Amino acid sequence: MIVVEGLGKRFGDVQVIDGIDAVFQKGRVNQIIGRSGSGKSVMAKCMVGLHRPEKGRVLYEGRSFHDMDAEEKRGIRQRIGMLFQGSALFDSLTVIENVMFPLRMFGLMAKSEMEDRAHTCLKRVSIIDKDQLFPAELSGGMQKRVGIARAIAMNPEYLFCDEPNSGLDPQTSIVIDDLIKEITEEFGTTTIVITHDMNSVMETGEHILFIHKGRKWWEGTREQLLRSDNKELNEFVFAGSLMREVKRSLTGEE
Amino acid sequence: MNILYHIGRYVLLLRETFARPERLSLYWSRTVEEMDLLGVKSLGIVALLSAFMGAVITIQTKTNIDSPLIQAWVVGFATRQSTILEFSPTVISLILAGKVGSNIAAEIGSMRVKEQIDALDIMGVNSAGYLILPKIVATMLINPFLIMISMFLGIFGGWLAGVQTGVVVSDDFIMGIQLGFKPYHVVYALIKTVVFAFIITTVSAYQGYYTRGGTREVGISSTRAVVYSDVMILLANLVLTQALLL
Ligand SMILES: Nc1ncnc2c1ncn2[C@@H]1O[C@H](COP(=O)(O)OP(=O)(O)OP(=O)(O)O)[C@@H](O)[C@H]1O
Ligand SMILES: [Mg+2]
Repeated sequence: MIVVEGLGKRFGDVQVIDGIDAVFQKGRVNQIIGRSGSGKSVMAKCMVGLHRPEKGRVLYEGRSFHDMDAEEKRGIRQRIGMLFQGSALFDSLTVIENVMFPLRMFGLMAKSEMEDRAHTCLKRVSIIDKDQLFPAELSGGMQKRVGIARAIAMNPEYLFCDEPNSGLDPQTSIVIDDLIKEITEEFGTTTIVITHDMNSVMETGEHILFIHKGRKWWEGTREQLLRSDNKELNEFVFAGSLMREVKRSLTGEE
Repeated sequence: MNILYHIGRYVLLLRETFARPERLSLYWSRTVEEMDLLGVKSLGIVALLSAFMGAVITIQTKTNIDSPLIQAWVVGFATRQSTILEFSPTVISLILAGKVGSNIAAEIGSMRVKEQIDALDIMGVNSAGYLILPKIVATMLINPFLIMISMFLGIFGGWLAGVQTGVVVSDDFIMGIQLGFKPYHVVYALIKTVVFAFIITTVSAYQGYYTRGGTREVGISSTRAVVYSDVMILLANLVLTQALLL
């Protein structure tokens, strides 16, 4: 479980996020949604310590991350898997080496075991027979999927995914959503998914946080989301005609 | 941004770089890769430059001191001294700062802007150590060999050009390069080389590691890496020469 208390981060004069409180339970898919530039990625990076927030705390199982010493932080981080918005695969390593990287660094496994583990992860994201390719030789969506495989290689307790479906076709998108949900339930992972994709929200969102202008604007389940009367949330969620259709069929109103 | 800020941050980065490695075997294999990439792959340009510079030094020395009072071996002697003391360790290091330094800054800089360094940090890897330490060790190990090859080829190029153009007689030149040879001068040159290698890698890595922004900034970092490495090499050259030769 991760608890965020009064989290705030500014860059120069710009207060990017401000006073965000949230509880991310384990074993369920927590989603952060919001307009582009609303501060979602910054929030995730503050939570994992890539940005130092100037306000607030992030508690991992009750222990404040930013108050830990370097050794403890490293311990927590080894239990975090993160998919970056831009995949962040290592250019100089092949697909299989990318996925094996955390295992080689920390795992105490034999080489063949590491390869097996990497193959299992790659298979789960439907990347097959691409072991020896370099990231630059993959499509954007494939890079995303390899990024997910790398993030889950160490069986993380905390899984952060920054826009796992952007750049994926609807079918693969669903495969990835299901995979994230599966892993979360199977291993009791504390999962945080940042997304724009209303499909994923409807598919897997169990706890949804809507960030607007750097603040937590709304929070709830997807059922509540469809019936909410929060203006900005509705503008965001029902921007597309498909979602408006969903709402109409659900509530019988416009 | 003032200079003290940069010095402080540079020292902190070095401290992180030299922290205990997670996996020594992994660091070592990275070091071997870097020796190939940063060292062996520079051999061509080093060899080319050295041979040509040696040739030019010989011919210029001869044409500048062409006087009956000056003995014939002086050309060989002067070629040897300028090659060993200054040309090979300093000028070649400046060239390597251009080639290796910009390479290091661009590589680490693009890893930074593409969030690959964040990815390392998130895994709990000491990103500074993993990325920078193998480069430091690799260049400090391999550059002395490059410089020794450069010394040899510089003098050889001088001999070849001198003899081929007929400005010197082979025996005189060879006598000149043997005369009053002090092994300490080679030691001095190699000490400089190792210090310069440290400067090139750490200054360039620093520029790359703290790149902010996108590809344009990577280019800027890469240019800065070369300029600052060069300035630092020149300063260190002065200090070391005073300390070691005076
Ligand atoms: N390193 C940084 N330095 C300065 N400003 C930054 C930095 N990172 C992000 N910002 C600013 O913070 C704001 C929020 O950025 P963030 O990346 O969190 O948006 P986001 O919600 O993830 O958007 P998207 O959905 O497009 O990814 C933006 O206005 C951005 O310009
Ligand atoms: Mg983002």
